[in-house]
Amino acid sequence: MNASLYNRIGGEAAVNAAVDIFYRKVLADNRINRFFTGVDMDGQAAKQKAFLKFAFGGPNNYTGLDMRKGHQHLVKQGLNDSHFDAVVENLATTLQELKVPAEMINEVAAIAESVRNDVLDR
Amino acid sequence: MPVIHFQGRAFYQLADETVLECLLRQGESVACACRSGVCQTCLMRADSPDGLPAMAQQGLKEGQRLRGYFLPCICRGNDDLTIIESDRDNYCRVTVTSKSHLSPTVVRLQLQPQQEFPFRAGQFVRVRRPDGVERSYSLSSLPGDGPLELHVRQVPGGEMSGWIAGTLQVGDAVEISEACGECCYSADDRMQPLLLVATGTGLAPLLGVVRDALAQHHQGPIKLFHGAASQQDLYLLDELKALQARAANVDYFPCVSDGVSADGEFRQGRVGDVALNELPTLQGWRVYLSGNPAMVQEMKMKAYLAGASLQHIHADPFVSASRPM
Ligand SMILES: Cc1cc2nc3c(=O)[nH]c(=O)nc-3n(C[C@H](O)[C@H](O)[C@H](O)COP(=O)(O)OP(=O)(O)OC[C@H]3O[C@@H](n4cnc5c(N)ncnc54)[C@H](O)[C@@H]3O)c2cc1C
Ligand code: HEM
Repeated sequence: MNASLYNRIGGEAAVNAAVDIFYRKVLADNRINRFFTGVDMDGQAAKQKAFLKFAFGGPNNYTGLDMRKGHQHLVKQGLNDSHFDAVVENLATTLQELKVPAEMINEVAAIAESVRNDVLDR
Repeated sequence: MPVIHFQGRAFYQLADETVLECLLRQGESVACACRSGVCQTCLMRADSPDGLPAMAQQGLKEGQRLRGYFLPCICRGNDDLTIIESDRDNYCRVTVTSKSHLSPTVVRLQLQPQQEFPFRAGQFVRVRRPDGVERSYSLSSLPGDGPLELHVRQVPGGEMSGWIAGTLQVGDAVEISEACGECCYSADDRMQPLLLVATGTGLAPLLGVVRDALAQHHQGPIKLFHGAASQQDLYLLDELKALQARAANVDYFPCVSDGVSADGEFRQGRVGDVALNELPTLQGWRVYLSGNPAMVQEMKMKAYLAGASLQHIHADPFVSASRPM
């Protein structure tokens, strides 16, 4: 997709730096953490990396259909726009803490936005 | 549908089925125990690491990962695989040189390997009985410092722990697997504060880690919390107090969850809660968790939320073979 954003933001190293901070924010966020409990943490952390790589425009094999299927069980549990916004917000604050320039954060937010309807299965 | 080539046959793997489940379903006999990627009893090797999901190699050494070793019990979503060997052969014979009680329910075994046996303090081995039954036990001793030492808690009705407590005698021989696990001291940063939380015989590997840290002249604080339901389930109290008195940077907190302690010698409460109460922020800490799987899972999350980074949390859940989680 946008390989250049992935490279500009720092590639794999940026994903590794961000995942620790981002996942901790998500687990601590009472608006959304119920979707993430009851799963093995190491497995989850690997999935968070996949999420970040996707959001940074990195190489990945996910399609809109995968996003739809991967979150359908959460939509059944009530996943909606407010939760989606909370995830994007946590992502933005993570990147701010890592001193990523605002324009790049906007690019990341735009990639996330592009799958909103798939993630929310509509 | 992925195809698994194993011992000259092809096995079709169903969606969402692990490689282990696939082989067992089709009548293969594969030694396995925890079925959750912890004990490494089912370790196998594929002809190449390509086609293995990262998850299936968790907890393995870098060298093993590159050579295609993986854990079939947590391997799903893989491509076609050709399995070239399973880990049946690499066992070492050991002789029991001492057996004593550390508490009414905990036995200390000392084992003399009959050949060179490399390991790192805090790792575990699978003990194999003559009839082939295997269970994992952690090493509390240091390499190059006398016999191997295990702490075995007698579980009611327990196949292996009952046999060790009852039948096994000094002078007998058993077999042990290669040492595995990553619950080890890292000398990368000798100033890093260390938090160690154990329930029951979860103390064994953490004692190994503490001994190793001190042997490597660790300078940062070392906080060891050992929890049990009642006072008589705690063991090695005197040794650990002596260790605390000897090493200025070691603090030892024996914790009891039921029953009040009269003299304030013991902390009251669940060991994880006591530890987090004492140390509410763990940013920059290295954390070791061992023993009861529920405690380990819960503390892993809480230590992480308290600021410890995931790569610095070492967890050794004593997952039971007869109670797949
Ligand atoms: C990586 C790893 C390291 C380990 N290190 C140690 C160690 O250093 N010291 C040690 O004592 N054990 C350790 N264990 C646990 C050990 O491997 C066995 O699970 C334990 O000794 C019970 O085996 P058993 O054959 O006696 O009981 P089994 O015959 O397997 O089980 C008998 C009954 O007891 C129940 N049971 C099994 N384990 C427990 C438990 N822990 N608490 C309550 N009920 C239980 C079972 O569900 C079953 O109903 C470790 C486990 C793992 C995975
Ligand atoms: C920007 C939008 C999002 C993207 C790009 C995204 C991407 C991903 C990816 C790549 C995975 C891993 C799939 C796999 O490999 O198994 C995943 C899993 C997951 N996502 Fe998202 N996600 C998004 C939004 C959300 C939101 C808003 C929530 C909930 C608040 C959420 C909750 C989860 C959960 C719980 C899983 C794990 C599912 C499971 O294994 O049970 N995601 N997501």
